[in-house]
Amino acid sequence: MKSFVEEVATTPGGENICACIQCGVCTGACPAASEMEYAPRKVIALIRAGMRDKVLSSSSMWHCLSCYMCTVRCPRGIKPTELVHALESLASQHGFRVKETYTPAMYRSFVSSIKSNGRVHEFGMMLKYYLTTNPLAALKMLTVGLQLFLHKRMPLMPKKVKGKEDLSRIIQRFREVRASQ
Amino acid sequence: MKYYTYFPGCSAEATAIGLGLSIQAISKPLDIELIELEDWTCCGSTPYGSLDKPESIAVAARNLALAEKTGLDLVTPCSSCFITLHGANLELKHNLKLMEQVNGALAVVNLEYHGNVRVRHLTEVLVNDITPGAIASRVQQGLNGLKVAPYYGCQLVRPDYGFDDPESPQSLDRLVESLGAEAVPYPLKNRCCGGSLIISEESLALGLLHKLLDNAIENGAQCITTPCPLCHINLDAYQSRVNSKFKTDYTLPVLFVTQLIGLALGIEAKALGLNTNIVSPGPVLNHILAVRQEVKSGT
Repeated sequence: MKSFVEEVATTPGGENICACIQCGVCTGACPAASEMEYAPRKVIALIRAGMRDKVLSSSSMWHCLSCYMCTVRCPRGIKPTELVHALESLASQHGFRVKETYTPAMYRSFVSSIKSNGRVHEFGMMLKYYLTTNPLAALKMLTVGLQLFLHKRMPLMPKKVKGKEDLSRIIQRFREVRASQ
Repeated sequence: MKYYTYFPGCSAEATAIGLGLSIQAISKPLDIELIELEDWTCCGSTPYGSLDKPESIAVAARNLALAEKTGLDLVTPCSSCFITLHGANLELKHNLKLMEQVNGALAVVNLEYHGNVRVRHLTEVLVNDITPGAIASRVQQGLNGLKVAPYYGCQLVRPDYGFDDPESPQSLDRLVESLGAEAVPYPLKNRCCGGSLIISEESLALGLLHKLLDNAIENGAQCITTPCPLCHINLDAYQSRVNSKFKTDYTLPVLFVTQLIGLALGIEAKALGLNTNIVSPGPVLNHILAVRQEVKSGT
């Protein structure tokens, strides 16, 4: 059985985790660190200590803004942003549900919009997100949404994209190819 | 005339329509021919990559394979599409197993990717191919004296794909100054706006936006300019949410850099989609009118 650190190191994005020297530059560079249960340096320490459930059920990585400041500053070339994405994908594949943040639900609405329309339909994505998380929270967004609509920036219907079917077939076949290897 | 394959990205047709319109409007005067990639689909996107990186690369690869057939550089104005397509391209070139899997999937629709596309950000094309000097020579309506905070955001300069300094970028400053405007010092020019987490972690994102707006005003900016559709919607459409949360009264216009260029080229505001900006760009337009009056009256 693989250790947690091996599992992360063999997930795309997690490859360089063993190079970490725990200097904390990633945490210092992170604009979301103060909102995280475990800031980036600590997440790496927890992974190496084998705390799989603690890490994958935490909301920490879901606060990553993908600003890549840690990635350009890390003196060891770890690419913490990619590492965080690797943790998000592991948590999501293994069904870890996080109560403290709706980011996973937002990401799922986003991806589902791509699969249904071939491109992201922002209004549909937002609607699905609020309906599956907190419909009441949509109320406070009404003003922003209405302003966008009035300024011709929120088409209510998705654009018809011919390549949508082709994209679905590519995704389907890619899954089969991966599963067979 | 310079020719490129153009990948607008989903938002340039919707929440960032001002970006799409202003790019169309400035192309001709700048001798750029942007040929839209036929039947493009989503770039792959950060959310997709966070949930399933390899599959998001397969999604990106459809566009790369279509673009490869055109033989031209693939140019996108969206910072997020840029790092997604560029990142997928690099990964495919270096990871032969993934390239093989992806080509196995592309084969169902008779596509194949060989790794020959060059993915570029429109801002990089404006700076390196068109050049600020050539833009300056086409300025009809100088934005003299307009104080602009050049806001790069994150994904134009990070992760570092070699276009500009990720810590202290200068390219947008040069574009702004080529228009006769003044690029004010803006220490937070490359800090994060909150990105898509404005939706799921609004309070975190509004805190970052508050700092960005405050820092621009502190340095005397009359407007912010950015090339990024996500930065734009956050700074523009959510400015009222920042005001509610922090009891501020910001009304700082946020213009796409292509809108600013368009104004300097003498293109009318509507053709640049300025009517789709939520925070009124009125102060910027008034400044231009005042400059025009001064020139007319010879003062």
